[in-house]
Amino acid sequence: MSAQAETLIANPTQNEESSESLLQIRGLKKRFSLSGDFLDQLRFKGGKLVRHQEHVHAINGVNLDIKRGEALCVVGESGCGKSTVARTVMGLITPTEGEISYDGQRIDNLSSRQLLPYRKRMQMIFQNPYASLNPRMTIQQTLEEPLRLHHPNWNRQQILDKVGEVMRSVGIDPDWGKRFGHEFSGGQRQRIAIARALAVDPEFIVADEPISALDVSIQAQVLNLLMDAQRDRNLTYLFITHDLAVVEHFGTRVAVMYLGTVCEIATTATLFEKPRHPYTQALLSAIPRLKDDRPQHIRLTGEVPTPVNLPSGCVFHGRCPYANARCKQEIPTLRTQDDGTRVACHAVEEGRL
Amino acid sequence: MTMTTNASPSRWERLRDSFLWYSFKRDRTAQLCLAVFLCMVIAAFASPLLAPTDPYDLRQIDILDSELPPFWIDGADDRYALGTDAQGRDLWSIVLYGTRVSLLIGFGAVFLQALLGVTFGLMAGYLGGRVDAFLMRLADIQLSFSTLMVAIVVGAVVKATMGSAFYSQYAVLMLILIIGLAEWPQYARTVRASVLAEKSKEYVDAARVMGLRSKRIMFRHVLPNTLSPIFVISTVQIANAIISEAALSFLGLGMPETHPSLGSLIKAGFDYIQSGSWWITLIPGAVLVVLVLSINLLGDWLRDVMNPRLYKG
Repeated sequence: MSAQAETLIANPTQNEESSESLLQIRGLKKRFSLSGDFLDQLRFKGGKLVRHQEHVHAINGVNLDIKRGEALCVVGESGCGKSTVARTVMGLITPTEGEISYDGQRIDNLSSRQLLPYRKRMQMIFQNPYASLNPRMTIQQTLEEPLRLHHPNWNRQQILDKVGEVMRSVGIDPDWGKRFGHEFSGGQRQRIAIARALAVDPEFIVADEPISALDVSIQAQVLNLLMDAQRDRNLTYLFITHDLAVVEHFGTRVAVMYLGTVCEIATTATLFEKPRHPYTQALLSAIPRLKDDRPQHIRLTGEVPTPVNLPSGCVFHGRCPYANARCKQEIPTLRTQDDGTRVACHAVEEGRL
Repeated sequence: MTMTTNASPSRWERLRDSFLWYSFKRDRTAQLCLAVFLCMVIAAFASPLLAPTDPYDLRQIDILDSELPPFWIDGADDRYALGTDAQGRDLWSIVLYGTRVSLLIGFGAVFLQALLGVTFGLMAGYLGGRVDAFLMRLADIQLSFSTLMVAIVVGAVVKATMGSAFYSQYAVLMLILIIGLAEWPQYARTVRASVLAEKSKEYVDAARVMGLRSKRIMFRHVLPNTLSPIFVISTVQIANAIISEAALSFLGLGMPETHPSLGSLIKAGFDYIQSGSWWITLIPGAVLVVLVLSINLLGDWLRDVMNPRLYKG
């Protein structure tokens, strides 16, 4: 950690980069306890009463910078901690360690009252549009609620105008406001959820797999809606997904996560053209392509290790074809390459790969 | 099909379109039970208008009229269709008044249970952690006392300190308080369980991300989505509360002889069942059975309709 802070100060270009970043995540860690409450943790071992605790290590030291106006996509397989990062950023989960700063201000330790001005600036879109709308509220009520909270001095007409505007902007007829969420299709519901996020005119949106629960024919529509909103409102996105085709279409930069750590961050074009990290290479080789008649899949052996007992050293070493003794002991840190890509891999650093 | 109409349906139209109404129209038992239940409630609360005599007014009671049989038995008096009790009170009048007392205690106690149980269950489920542990242990402790024991202790303490006259005067309130306090954990547990299920849904996260305060999320977002089980348990609990009250009154811990509920009427008549005046205890008993049965059957129907496993609304 300290070595990284030093390079941050020593390297003026990187320093400049961080000053223009909207959101900074530093050394973020999150553990979830598996052992229940205090009484459940007590065990007998060798005639003694000992306290036994187990944790899921969901995030293990993530550093990320999100620049103003970009769409940073976070990819990785199920259970690698992508969604936990998103929920921690939004304050739905408190981090175990680390700092999150928004526009230069630390936000992870604020009370919910102090956080209120930031709630207006950062919003979230959820994965499942069937669960993210309150079934007992009409669409009008759902969309009015954030406006009433964040603009307490607006009159009735201003609120109605704003709701109408935001509904039109996502392609939902404002006359439908009196209906309930279950009267709409999945795609329409997700549009309404997007409208709810856009209602308070945020500048930063965390989208946690916003299209993965939708019908394939609707996914492109919603994705385009998100891109239009980004263009029209100058939004910054943290976009969680596991769909690499979406990343190629949508992302400015990509962060690849594996078992709670970021293993590579690069611009979308660079990553797809020249993946550095062995895991990224394997991930990209798994995309089916039409022109491939002889697919060159990199087959990883073994399973993802359990996040309860993390492997020593690099978390990927057990499945990496290039791993050596150093990888089993030393945890690699993200190092900037000459084209700006940041990779956490000893093999890349040593030039073995 | 509803997507093409833009006019918002009124509450009545929404009810008519709902599955609740649809199922009600097809269920003869539910219709009959609702009719019986409503008749009894209306008759009970209109008892001052319907009853030929006022059983609380001692001037209208003549001890010489005591133990007169109902109209279908020889020796009946035309003035008393259902006969009279041991004190000469008109049984029809006193059953009407007694049903009113029983219903009042039933509804009052359930209202108190719901108020406590829903608030505590909501807090335990939504806030979790220590609040949850504390409130649920409290509920466990509460459940380990039976209603009867609470009633005996409270009744004894109040009677000893305030006097028996004071207890008789506030007996309705006392019984509401006792039954309400003794059975709130039923509500708290049901509500907590459904809050835990609702809390993990994304609309709650969305409300939190919006910056809403916990109190507003609990009462405005989570509570409306836990109403179905609350409705279902309420019907069961009203029946239970009426039965509890009857049991307490039967044991002499409930309503006094001068302001009898169905339970205390049964108790008062029980002494005369061997001497041939069976109607004094059997008529209030039959009323109690019909009342509780209709509520329970309604509750069964409501549970079937509102069970999200059977039907998703």
